[in-house]
Amino acid sequence: MSIQNVMATADIAARRRPGVLAGLVVLVALLALVSLGIGPVRLSPVSVINALFGGGSDVQQVIVREIRLPRTILGFAIGAILGLSGAALQGLLRNPLASPSLFGAPQSAAFGAVLVIALGLADVRSYALPVAAISMAFASVFVLLAIAGRNAGLLILILAGLAISSLAGAATALVMNLSSNPFAVLEIAFWLLGSLEDRSFRHVMLALPFIVAGAVILLSQRNAFRVLSLGEETAQSLGVDVGRLRLLVITGVALGVGGAVAVSGTIGFIGLVAPHLMRPLIGHDPARLLVPSALTGSALLLSADIAVRIIPSTSDIKVGVLTSIIGVPFFLYLIRRERRALAGGVA
Amino acid sequence: MSQSAFLTAQGLNVKLSGRAVLNDISLSLSSGHLVALVGPNGAGKTTLLRALAGLVPSTGAIGVGGNALASLSLRERARRFAYLPQGHIVHWPLPARDIVALGRYPHGATDPARLTPADTEAVKRAMQATDVVEFSERRVTELSGGERSRVALARVLAVEAPVILADEPTSSLDPRHQIDVMKSLRAAADKGVLVIVVTHDLGLAARFADTVLVLSDGRLVSQGAPVEALSEQVMAEVFRISAYRAEYQREAVIVPWAEIQGVP
Repeated sequence: MSIQNVMATADIAARRRPGVLAGLVVLVALLALVSLGIGPVRLSPVSVINALFGGGSDVQQVIVREIRLPRTILGFAIGAILGLSGAALQGLLRNPLASPSLFGAPQSAAFGAVLVIALGLADVRSYALPVAAISMAFASVFVLLAIAGRNAGLLILILAGLAISSLAGAATALVMNLSSNPFAVLEIAFWLLGSLEDRSFRHVMLALPFIVAGAVILLSQRNAFRVLSLGEETAQSLGVDVGRLRLLVITGVALGVGGAVAVSGTIGFIGLVAPHLMRPLIGHDPARLLVPSALTGSALLLSADIAVRIIPSTSDIKVGVLTSIIGVPFFLYLIRRERRALAGGVA
Repeated sequence: MSQSAFLTAQGLNVKLSGRAVLNDISLSLSSGHLVALVGPNGAGKTTLLRALAGLVPSTGAIGVGGNALASLSLRERARRFAYLPQGHIVHWPLPARDIVALGRYPHGATDPARLTPADTEAVKRAMQATDVVEFSERRVTELSGGERSRVALARVLAVEAPVILADEPTSSLDPRHQIDVMKSLRAAADKGVLVIVVTHDLGLAARFADTVLVLSDGRLVSQGAPVEALSEQVMAEVFRISAYRAEYQREAVIVPWAEIQGVP
């Protein structure tokens, strides 16, 4: 094969990516429309678009723009940052099982938020909540990477993640245990399950700046993830400051996940699942996976949030419960697939 | 040699977790030379390679092309040293061409899909030099060990750095591929690159190197042309072996032959 042919096939491979991206954008837009139309009052996509841009009845406008739009925006943004964080962590650690929820980041963020609520330091809508959540998320990922050290194998990462999420869960339980207000405890317990219900623009303003900041940081490092495919030492020899990169990724993930958890509670497994859905379509290049994984995360969370509104049940199903119920079997499937690598980690 | 030295080290010391791994290494190496770095297991060969590239902290002075290594930024170092680690690890199944293109990262080519014409040319040259053009679209994980080592070598050549540091590039390769790899490195040296190769294969070192450095217990105990640096005395003291020595097609042949019994 001549060089010309080789370069041509590379171009063909590159041409598939915009198609996948465009498809994802359309899918997310459609899901957003459905999400805006679903609820006690069902609206068609056409009337949703009308209402969004100031048409339709006043009632329709209020329903779409004030009641449902914040929920849809949060579903989009939180899904995106979870998918992006998963792809970034998998890139940083060169490990397909890395994800915020397996590392205990959302659980730790939830502990930070719960602590603030239980101590009565702030009400549920103040910026103290995301700041506490972000700090704990940062601490958890930092500690995890410190324990795991450089070139950590799968087993070490997963065991350390398990320990950290257990600790965060236990600490949260302790706070609830010691809380004297049973209503607050019930409130916290439901909030921990993860939900986008009844969120207002106040919540959007609370989370969005942190999510955007986190996303900007993670996306800015995308090309370094590709170099890391060659291992940390080689990446360093090619001019990547690996120590700085780690710190930036931890910061980006903490900002994003902390901001998300502060308004939605813990929504797990989207960060794990999204990059895996994209690899067969986009390839394994960790730099190219970031944006598609973010869009896939959005699509997953929007779908899950639509599903909890459609599934008939006596009481509300929380979206975080649904993502975990779907996510955990997927995780088991991944473990099965990575069995050889896991076994190799012991030897 | 010293007047044209490109890479120099003065009183280089490296400690790893409190243990002295390299002691007072001083060397002076010129462009266009292939230097073999040999020594028993644990002598500090890999550490010396890493220290020269600035990948492990060291004390002492390292100079490259007239600059102090310590004064160079990470990217400036990356343009001067192309480092080939042991094992040719690639964590994701990326196409071979993308791996080779990572060699252009120090030159600002952060995205293999958007290379400048100059970067594309450098990638082409490197892939032709190691004969990997035919599988440039194949995923590296699907390649055989020999093919993967050539892709890794192409990635290093693509940096087009004045110094190549290769850590056991021939280990786990069959004899033909060992010769292939050494010939590619020899060709790079002949074009003016300073190539430093860590190897356990004294035969390859004797045949292909201009200079052999012998490390033992973190000290540089012998250096010079292969036949002198790997003298019978050095072989006995450092490696505790005797070797068959000959000349074939006007090149030095050294074949490790028998272990020497007794306490040194």
